[in-house]
Amino acid sequence: MKIRVQRETLAEFEVDVHDVTLLSLLTTIKTTQDSSLTFASGCRSSICGSCSMRVNGKEVLACSYKVQDGDLIEPLQNTPVIRDLVVDMSKAYEKNQKAKAWLSRITNSVSLTQENEKINEIQSDCILCGSCYSACPVFAVNDEFLGPFSLTRVWKYVSDKREDDEKEKIDTIQTNGVWACTLCNECTLVCPQDISSKADIEKLRSKSAMAGYSDPNFASFDSFGGGFGFDGSPSF
Amino acid sequence: MQTDILIIGSGGAGLTSALTAHENGVKVTIITKEYPTRSQTCMAQGGINAALGNAGKDSVESHIKNTLKSAHGIASEEAINLLCSQAPSAVEWLDSIGVCFSRTKDAKIAQRTLGGASAPRACYAQDYTGLKILHTLYDRCLEAGIEILNERYLLEILTDENSTNGATVLNIRSGEIETYSAKAVIVATGGYSRIYDKHSTNSTASTGDGIAIAMKAGARVSDMEFIQFHPTALKNSSILISESARGAGGHLLNSKGERFTDELAPRDEVARAIHNETAKGEEIFLDIRHLGEEFIDEELPQERKLAKLYENIDPVYDLIPIKPVAHYTMGGIEVDDSSSTIVKGLYAVGECANHRVHGANRLGGNSLLELIVFGKQVGENSAKYAKNIDEIKASKTDYILDNFSDDVEIDFYKIKKELGDVFYKNVGISRDKKTLQNILLKVEEFITDIPKMGITDNSKIYNTNRVEFLEFKNILELSRLVLIGAIARDESRGAHFRVDAPQEDKQFAMHTIIDKDGVVK
Repeated sequence: MKIRVQRETLAEFEVDVHDVTLLSLLTTIKTTQDSSLTFASGCRSSICGSCSMRVNGKEVLACSYKVQDGDLIEPLQNTPVIRDLVVDMSKAYEKNQKAKAWLSRITNSVSLTQENEKINEIQSDCILCGSCYSACPVFAVNDEFLGPFSLTRVWKYVSDKREDDEKEKIDTIQTNGVWACTLCNECTLVCPQDISSKADIEKLRSKSAMAGYSDPNFASFDSFGGGFGFDGSPSF
Repeated sequence: MQTDILIIGSGGAGLTSALTAHENGVKVTIITKEYPTRSQTCMAQGGINAALGNAGKDSVESHIKNTLKSAHGIASEEAINLLCSQAPSAVEWLDSIGVCFSRTKDAKIAQRTLGGASAPRACYAQDYTGLKILHTLYDRCLEAGIEILNERYLLEILTDENSTNGATVLNIRSGEIETYSAKAVIVATGGYSRIYDKHSTNSTASTGDGIAIAMKAGARVSDMEFIQFHPTALKNSSILISESARGAGGHLLNSKGERFTDELAPRDEVARAIHNETAKGEEIFLDIRHLGEEFIDEELPQERKLAKLYENIDPVYDLIPIKPVAHYTMGGIEVDDSSSTIVKGLYAVGECANHRVHGANRLGGNSLLELIVFGKQVGENSAKYAKNIDEIKASKTDYILDNFSDDVEIDFYKIKKELGDVFYKNVGISRDKKTLQNILLKVEEFITDIPKMGITDNSKIYNTNRVEFLEFKNILELSRLVLIGAIARDESRGAHFRVDAPQEDKQFAMHTIIDKDGVVK
């Protein structure tokens, strides 16, 4: 099987294997052909989020993708490449901090029902692999966008019955947040955990509307004068 | 760089100790060779034990009793008392910070039965328990503004007159050596199951780095020979199928379709039963078909996905081919009741440490618990210690990274694989003194040969060839320690089974302690 890997220049490797995961193939290349081939990996079972990369333009986890002859392997987009298939996720992960993706106030003894728990079960399956971050077209024009996984994380906490300061969360995601998304759904298509950040962002938008915010993109068309001031604060 | 407490490792143990030390008012810095959310903790599936009695009658006393029994006489009763009595508040804390535990119909945290437990005691979040705990702890660390330095690999723990004053690390991204001065250092680097290479459920990162490095700094290790084999890993890939599959009623079958053991016995017993069947030429399968699609999708969604991907079978309709593989290492850095090593200011917590709560065989659901209970304890103790030190001593290192020529004589990747195969076959579920001695000679030979090994990629930036070689050197050291322990223990106890001494022997009801100079006590 032949694959191409986007390194500083495009490299081609030929390995005699079939029906294996991409991660297994890359490991074979590294340990038997070219020790300088660089990629990240960990659990091999789609849970640590280390080995996300792009195959033929689409984000996958190398450990859960069966590699095909002729595949083109590239690093994630929207993050600086450190070497070969390894990217620097620092700035992407910092977005969780900017988005204040945590429980704002810790309150003991709030009991959750099965229904309460189901509300954000899937959002809490996120493995932070960064696939959605790479697939998101917004970063091409706005690299301060909080991005899909951080907003999903905010929704996880906002929708949690244990969160009693919803307002702080909603206030935080107005600038470079929910309204910067184009709802193109690329994030949903690449998520290995079947999370739809687009849907989470829509839910956050309606929470924002309930809190008195509105889409700044429509502000100039709004003859009733609602929308945002220049400082991003809501004006009524 | 200076900090009060330097934490090496960012799994559940590292993050819990960081949060606690931070709450106690000291400056905390975490370094990790990956990113926090990539740590081994994310792979824990089954649950975290606490005698809450939400799904059936239970008590702290039963939890203590089950844990002691499984430890086979070499655990500290005091440490187990602490672990089990703190369990309910540990889970309550996790719940308060937002961990999405599964719930019962009456709005309580759901619990299920794991092997060796007398009651449904493991609190869980589908089969993503470790993932959800780890990510929630990470979110808390961001909230607290704790400094986390990613992709730094531990090279040495620095000491001055038997007290630690920091560590030397390789910045993997830049290829530069960095020193960190600190008043206290907490090692939370995880276990060493990857000495079995591909015959392990663990992440490729579980190479025991912190244990090997702490020992060089003067710490001692104990009970290294006790390695838990998880009965049910996928046959071809060693990917874990959680014990909760058996807890829910899954059966183990041989090629004839017969059940041959109590599926809910402790892991050492089940693994040995499978080993004996395999020795007779049987293939072993896990059967969860009778649990039904709805149940499997609700409680074991990850297992179904992984079985489809790696074995091309669907557990709803097919038998799952399995084998036991290395899963958890009970041994580790010797610590006292305050999680401190014999080096002043050097602490250890989590799988890399031996808190003497698991003894000869760990119970499922007790390892996530250990991370939280002892993580909190070490966070408090190290903060107290650091506060009593006025000044951070600037630490110095003369560590130099090796340079290698292009003509490497021995390919370490080949040796690593060979070692893993040999260990799985001979230092695994069933051991024999003579063979162990021969393998020790072989490992010592490999250690002598290290100068003939090396790396073929000498570049600076993000050199994983170099990191993997450094990890391999730790693997060799850990392998040596496991063998020393396994040879010295002329008996069978828990996970350590010697065919030439198949009975438990009272005179060995003690810990195997190995110091820096290789002396065994």
